[in-house]
Amino acid sequence: MPAVTQIVRLTVNGDLREVGVPMHFTLLEALRYGLGLTGSKQGCDKGDCGACTVILDGRPTLSCITPVFEAEGHAIVTVEGLADVEGPHPLQDAFDLHGAAQCGFCTPGILCSAAVLLEKTTSPSRTEIKEALSGNLCRCTGYSKIYDAVASAGQRLQVEAQLGESGR
Amino acid sequence: MIRKPHKDKSDLTLIGTPMRKIEGLDKATGRALFTDDIVLPGMLHGKILRSPHPHARIVAIDVSEAEALEGVHAVITGGDIPIKYGIIPWTADEYPLCIDRVRYIGDAVAAVAAVDEDLAIRALEFIHVEYEELPAFLDPYESLAADGSTPYVHEPKKEGGNGNVTKQVCLEFGEVDDVMAGSDIVVEGEYFFEGSTHAAIEPHCAIGLWDGVGKLTVWSATQVPHYLHRELARVLELDPARIRVIQPLVGGAFGGKSEPFDLEFCVAKLSMLAARPVKILYTREEVFYAHRGRHPFHMNYRMGCTEEGKLTSVNAEIVLDGGAYASFGLVTTYYAGQLLCAPYSMSAYRFDSTRVYTNKPACGPKRGHGSVQPRFAFEVQIDKLAERVDLDPFEFRRRNFIGSNTRTVNQLRITSNGFLECLESVERASRWRRKFRQLPFGRGVGVAGSTYISGTNYPIYPNDMPHSGVQMQVDRSGRVSVFSGASEIGQGCDSMVAYIAAEELGVPLEYVRVLRGDTDFTPVDLGAYSSRVTFMLGNAAIDAATKLREMVQQAVAGEWKIEANEVLLAGGIAMWASDTERQMPIREAFNLAEARFGTLGATGWYNTPKDVHGDYRGGTIGASPAYSFTAHVAEVEVDVETGVVEVEKIWVAHDCGRALNPVLVEGQMEGSAYMGFGEALMEEQIFKSPEQGRAGLHNAPSLLDYRIPTSLDTPEFESLIVESIDPEGPYGAKEAGEGPLHPSIPAIANAIYDAIGVRMDKLPFSPPNMWRAIEEAREVGALGKPAFPGGLPVTPEAAPARSMSSGS
Ligand code: FES
Ligand code: FES
Repeated sequence: MPAVTQIVRLTVNGDLREVGVPMHFTLLEALRYGLGLTGSKQGCDKGDCGACTVILDGRPTLSCITPVFEAEGHAIVTVEGLADVEGPHPLQDAFDLHGAAQCGFCTPGILCSAAVLLEKTTSPSRTEIKEALSGNLCRCTGYSKIYDAVASAGQRLQVEAQLGESGR
Repeated sequence: MIRKPHKDKSDLTLIGTPMRKIEGLDKATGRALFTDDIVLPGMLHGKILRSPHPHARIVAIDVSEAEALEGVHAVITGGDIPIKYGIIPWTADEYPLCIDRVRYIGDAVAAVAAVDEDLAIRALEFIHVEYEELPAFLDPYESLAADGSTPYVHEPKKEGGNGNVTKQVCLEFGEVDDVMAGSDIVVEGEYFFEGSTHAAIEPHCAIGLWDGVGKLTVWSATQVPHYLHRELARVLELDPARIRVIQPLVGGAFGGKSEPFDLEFCVAKLSMLAARPVKILYTREEVFYAHRGRHPFHMNYRMGCTEEGKLTSVNAEIVLDGGAYASFGLVTTYYAGQLLCAPYSMSAYRFDSTRVYTNKPACGPKRGHGSVQPRFAFEVQIDKLAERVDLDPFEFRRRNFIGSNTRTVNQLRITSNGFLECLESVERASRWRRKFRQLPFGRGVGVAGSTYISGTNYPIYPNDMPHSGVQMQVDRSGRVSVFSGASEIGQGCDSMVAYIAAEELGVPLEYVRVLRGDTDFTPVDLGAYSSRVTFMLGNAAIDAATKLREMVQQAVAGEWKIEANEVLLAGGIAMWASDTERQMPIREAFNLAEARFGTLGATGWYNTPKDVHGDYRGGTIGASPAYSFTAHVAEVEVDVETGVVEVEKIWVAHDCGRALNPVLVEGQMEGSAYMGFGEALMEEQIFKSPEQGRAGLHNAPSLLDYRIPTSLDTPEFESLIVESIDPEGPYGAKEAGEGPLHPSIPAIANAIYDAIGVRMDKLPFSPPNMWRAIEEAREVGALGKPAFPGGLPVTPEAAPARSMSSGS
């Protein structure tokens, strides 16, 4: 009695992809099992830990409790989509530099939440960072190094923006 | 092992500086592969059927309907793997799947492999198990008092014995009762440490692949690939030479993945029967039931001191609630007492520690194994004693400092000891002297100290082989390859060996590859437990790298007609010490060495000292090549109306010997303090009582209801690294991954007392527990700021003494 599968069309990291999945699949299952995008992690599968956070239309979204069919027609960005041809996203570099990823299992979700925050402001206060990450559990770091990494990535984005403007 | 003195900081180029981790960017880009990220061709998915009863006999199991389902490839029950496993060779007491009895809600009964996870889950409903329920033991004291009128959790080892007792240890050093009787002050207290679990964000996952002709490969999110390798061979009755264990990156562990679990045996057996690869991924709920976390401890401490504040005698009675299986419990029972004898000296010490089985998920090692609970009680006791003799708690601790290069009362050898520096660092950084007993009512500071092992001198199964080995090779491109069997669980051990290779062989870090986590090509390292990895793997890596370096130095020296020890290797070049203008690229140096000595490779290893423990039964347990030391100050604010405790900041000073990479050391200090904070305030691994119905059911098996601290809950940390340069550690390093957890909890308890005059001797300090304690104190008029030692509050903003405060 195989589950009924259906084709969904997902826009992930700029690519339009079609994938056949059982109708009850979550977005996380479609990403990991359907598309092989295993960067997004499953820590609880019930919306409690944030490891599965992706960016859906610019908002941090728990993909493990998002039915895949509700994701159709929306722009999805996963951890695999944060870097570009220029290299890693400043957040990714900062996480590496500051030791913000210990085991790294929470990291993809945290990066997505942090990337949305830095879209809003590149100079978030410590409280703003804490609030933005309050849905992402990290069991390794005690969060300190994560805050440092987010703040320093914000600073770099600011500098890059200034250089970009002056260059124009 | 003959030791040369460590290099000075000035002679080190990389070690001691902030460096990136070798897999850091992989983890930040989603490229890093964890076990559940691996998909093999034709892979099936497995699921485990679990007991709904805390204690029951299995009368019959019928799997025929499940087997008949289309898409189900294999179904197994206890009889398919009828050999017991267990991490400690003397206490193997678990079957991969229960055979005749289940011992906790969640115990594994049967497993299926099917084409997908959904079908595997559905297939479990078609397995019919008939149980005969048995009375369950949920309370450790009931377990201890059992008389055999109902079945024990396990059969007694001796006729007429209590099968509910895993282990009982009583050790006495010195004349405890006499010394106690002669003490000026004696303080006694009852303490309770609630159980807590690891809650690594990655759930356990394993994949089995049987090749059909005798070779088994198991991928697992384990901390102990070597022990898993051995147990797979023994329990599945396979030739260990034909088993390969692969450990992908592990998404956090904290002791929760440090022994074999049912799923690893099940994926192997299912794969053997289905002739297909099989994966099992625990649900989050299963992780809570798999547990092996912190034991609940019921503790009584009696401690004496002189009027001058010298600790005299310590007596401890401890009951450990072990859950359904032994796990590491034998060791836990010893650790409960053995690891308490530093950083303070005491003239007499006795502990009587008993671990009992109960019908709940098995407890085991969680970060700071066995010693976090007694340390909580002990450091609160110290605070009480200090108050009784009118001493600042820092001063009390200093007066009892055990010193370096000494023995503890239970004969453990202490080498380097930076505890005094730790105390001084947190005292200064926290501005203790302006705060202690002087902050307004409701605010307070507390201090606590601790010690922890850097690995154990004895492996889990008796043998004389090295505890850690490394293989290293250099090639013609200038690259260094390191083959390491150590377990990267986020702490950075893969990077650590790379730093050492780069330091010793003078190559840039980017030239080092670490090939890891695969028993087919890496030498044995015993695993990521007991804070052993930096110390042991680090020494093994230095050993291997030194052998290679000496060959390279000799080859270059031959070419330049100079002495080998005049050749320096650093920053990608070889140079002459007397004239550093004389250089060659490291690649050329490696080529010269290869031309002279042949293909270049070396192994290195570390073995522990075996003559540094007490000569009594159990004396080897707790013996470590070196001990780390920690001190914390916590600052809290307590709302006496709601019982809410806010921990604002924890200052953490830790003596890690030498910080090989300070970024990683700080990360361990912060992560440890965070975890202790969570246990102090929020975390409870608890089970429903018979009165609540569904006795033995986990109260909250989810990350929503089992509350671990979020970013908004977590206090600020200030990490203060203390370097005592251990004579035997790699470059002087000791552990940093577990020690810094211990003082968080007693420091918070002592800070609560400073804030409102209420002693919290039972964990956690959650609002309901706090509120009850506050109300009790209010009723007897004890709520208020405790008095300043010597009765002299000095600063103008000093809070009122107890008699004048607590208008509420
Ligand atoms: S996996 Fe989605 S919130 Fe935990
Ligand atoms: S780095 Fe391990 S959970 Fe965050």
